[in-house]
Amino acid sequence: MAVPPEVAGQASESSGNGGGANAHKPLTPRESVVIRFAGDSGDGMQLVGMQFTSESALAGNDIATVPDFPAEIRAPAGTLAGVSSFQLNFSSSEIFTAGDEPNVLVAMNPAALRANLEDLPANAVLIIDKEAFTEANLKRAGYTSNPLTDHSLDKYQIFEVDVTRLTSLALQGSGLSNRDSFRCRNMFVLGMLSWLYQRPIETTVRYIESRFKKNQAILDANLKALKAGWNYGETTEMFASSYTVPKAEISAGFYRNITGNSATAMGFVVAANRAGRPLFLGSYTITPASDILHELAGYKNYNVYTFQAEDEIAGVCSSIGAAFGGAIAITSTSGPGMNLKAEAVGLAVKTELPIVICDVQRAGPSTGMPTKPEQTDLLQSMYGRHGESPVPIIAAMTPGDCFMAAYEAIRIAVKYMTPVILLTDGQLANGAEPWLVPDVSKLPEIKVEFAQQVEGQEFQPYSRDEETLSRPWAIPGTPGLQHRVGGITGEHLTGNISYSPSNHELMIRMRARKIAGITREIPPIEIFGDADGGDIVMLGWGSTFGPIREAVKQSRAKGKKVSHIHLRYLNPLPADLADKLRSFKKVLVAEMNMGQLLKMVRADYLIPAVGINKIQGRPFKVAELVTRISRALEEK
Amino acid sequence: MATALTRKDFVTDQEVRWCPGCGDYAILAQVQKQMPEFGIAPENTVFISGIGCSSRFPYYMNTYGFHTIHGRAPAIATGLKVSRPDLDVWVVTGDGDGLSIGGNHLIHCLRRNVDLKILLFNNKIYGLTKGQYSPTSEIGKVTKSTPMGSVDFPFNPITVALGAHATFVARSVDVEQKHLGVTLKRAHDHRGASFVEILQNCNIFNDGAFNDVSDKAIKSEHQLILEHGKPLVFGKNRDKGIRMNGMRPEVVAVGTDGKDLESIVVHDETNLALAFMLGNFEPPMPVPLGVFYATSRPTYDGAMNKQVIDSMAKGKGDPQKLLNGGDTWTVN
Repeated sequence: MAVPPEVAGQASESSGNGGGANAHKPLTPRESVVIRFAGDSGDGMQLVGMQFTSESALAGNDIATVPDFPAEIRAPAGTLAGVSSFQLNFSSSEIFTAGDEPNVLVAMNPAALRANLEDLPANAVLIIDKEAFTEANLKRAGYTSNPLTDHSLDKYQIFEVDVTRLTSLALQGSGLSNRDSFRCRNMFVLGMLSWLYQRPIETTVRYIESRFKKNQAILDANLKALKAGWNYGETTEMFASSYTVPKAEISAGFYRNITGNSATAMGFVVAANRAGRPLFLGSYTITPASDILHELAGYKNYNVYTFQAEDEIAGVCSSIGAAFGGAIAITSTSGPGMNLKAEAVGLAVKTELPIVICDVQRAGPSTGMPTKPEQTDLLQSMYGRHGESPVPIIAAMTPGDCFMAAYEAIRIAVKYMTPVILLTDGQLANGAEPWLVPDVSKLPEIKVEFAQQVEGQEFQPYSRDEETLSRPWAIPGTPGLQHRVGGITGEHLTGNISYSPSNHELMIRMRARKIAGITREIPPIEIFGDADGGDIVMLGWGSTFGPIREAVKQSRAKGKKVSHIHLRYLNPLPADLADKLRSFKKVLVAEMNMGQLLKMVRADYLIPAVGINKIQGRPFKVAELVTRISRALEEK
Repeated sequence: MATALTRKDFVTDQEVRWCPGCGDYAILAQVQKQMPEFGIAPENTVFISGIGCSSRFPYYMNTYGFHTIHGRAPAIATGLKVSRPDLDVWVVTGDGDGLSIGGNHLIHCLRRNVDLKILLFNNKIYGLTKGQYSPTSEIGKVTKSTPMGSVDFPFNPITVALGAHATFVARSVDVEQKHLGVTLKRAHDHRGASFVEILQNCNIFNDGAFNDVSDKAIKSEHQLILEHGKPLVFGKNRDKGIRMNGMRPEVVAVGTDGKDLESIVVHDETNLALAFMLGNFEPPMPVPLGVFYATSRPTYDGAMNKQVIDSMAKGKGDPQKLLNGGDTWTVN
């Protein structure tokens, strides 16, 4: 059994004994490793994944993660529906995705094995809690024979570890119940894997100490299990070698690990702080957006108000009310909630009040697959309202990028007095990456100037700034500026109710021009690849950034003239986009939908772009895109 | 106030566009009359409405105003009041706006006890869409959408509000100007969500719906004016009273047949059970007008602001520190 897991990661050129703290066994370098931790949703696999991620970040690797968990909080234990997993790619070079397929799968029970096996390439390493493969668990997972003995796993390298027994042995005498001991299994696994890949466990020790500070017995047990796992790796003959993944070359600076929802929440907080105004979030809970509400609820000392509304409509409406009063107002939701908010967004368009609607997209329609990502709300964001109601749309590309996308959404909303839609998705929301922490003082200015009474002048709530066409923000409490706003068509300048046909068209065109003018805020497009055009440009937006960039990079490494343009601003589209796209022979638009940006590009520019579409609630695999690029090149 | 406010300070130059004879005119007049009494400057006052005839109200008040979308005024007002507790925020709604499409927001706003003054104009009909039955229309109501009579059992706004544990619940009538004025004052002085049902005549689609309490000839026989600490007596000669017969209320003659006032129920605004009982009065019982229920409970906006203020007092958040938190490391 003591066969070194030779394909536990992509072997790099050199190998040797790293020595150091772990001189007993040889160290084998790896360029990168993709691990997937899988278990029952009560097994704590998300926690193990996140801690392993922190350890890897501290080890200096570039990292990318993708969690995958069931919508059910506690599906019946041991069933396929209850399997929760966390995939992590850690590398010594720059990476853009969490990896197409895991090199290592940790399976805590038969269901976790069965649910993930199809993603595993031949020769992958399987680390299994042998004791969980009981007859009952096998049956629950739908196995008719035990895969550990029926040779169905022969093409993998299997490491059967008695995780449950070893954990309870390590905790003997701690006075813990069997149930509590069982719950420490994940820390044993984390300790073992941390040894196997020589991760520093200090960060996990600190985490355990802080997480369980109110329960010393549980704290001690978790630490014991963690260390027992580490020691097991080091002393047992199970593993002949441990592995190192050298530090990646990462730009110098101060980093933190951050998830998309966390970055989004912080982007909002910092933007409001920069604007010198309170932040108001009106929101109804919905997966996968709720963490934004949770996070902001903890930031009250930043002058943050969170209102958990009775429904999605009240969420957006309360934020419109707060915006009317001069707060930086936002609402967070996911696809179905966007539909419910649509009417109110129309009101914000008409009254020209600044709010940000953050849509953490998920697989639909209807309930769909709430914990799985999709990019299917772009056209809804563009057109899913009554009347002519253009709304700027901004999309985040990576978990860390959610920060700047949220910040920018508020900047645009306030500057142009308009609702802005911020699109992220479930993959960005829960995925984590190392994030170069920005210097707050160097972020773009967000200027809020409320209208004031000018002696001898009648206030006109719908007068316009010459450049931006935005109207004044006149908030209650300001003497002399009393005015009424509302959904009924208002007269140019005064805002008074008007049924004049020409005025109605004037106002619609005015707002459309205002939104179209936001192109002046968009920096010139940066093409990754051939700036002057080439055979193919891959066009994308949102969370497909990682797989597209990696696929383009790999294709270019093979000498292919492929480039990448990734959009942050989806409405208005950048002014230079059409010309840039036309400089390529082929435009491929890769999206996790049926071709929504594709339709916009074809309709706006009459460019015969071609779609690459995947609607499986899963990100593109790099290999899939590389294949599509090759095929498109052959087709010319 | 430096200079005393007058009615004129609250009147806009906008042409009032309700149907001639609409009960809304009387309500507008009384609100404009009362506002100066409250001593709040027009710029610190906000009127928020939804959709419907009543919801045109903000256009006629020279305060800040927001004519929003159907049913959502309580939600929009909540966002405003929570983030701007310094403002005096009023919600104007109707039986369709507040109890049909916006019923959810109304009850949640009441249970949270957001410090809003909510005026629900109840005319028991959809006026703006030209005469369909509303959620307060009586069963059997024949309208354009119910040619054979409505089969919907109606809501009673007072018991809906009480059921949502509103902290101030009152009823008045459009044409009872004096009573309306006093009720508005009480509603304004209350800290928390004040709910006032105003019985309002739609002379186009539901004329005379409240004749029993507005027709001078008969109203005193039907109005039961609620006054805290006073016995529940009514009638032109104040010769009828409400007495408990076991657990059931009944109307009895007072004075003439020897039944003295001692057996008559004394109104207690703080008694929720009594308020429910009065709220459920249907003919032949009289129509109670006045404050059914008033109690004190912390407001949502107050409690929310306290949390924010307390948190900030412990140390205002530094955005750079926020970003620098979590699992961090430095790459050289």
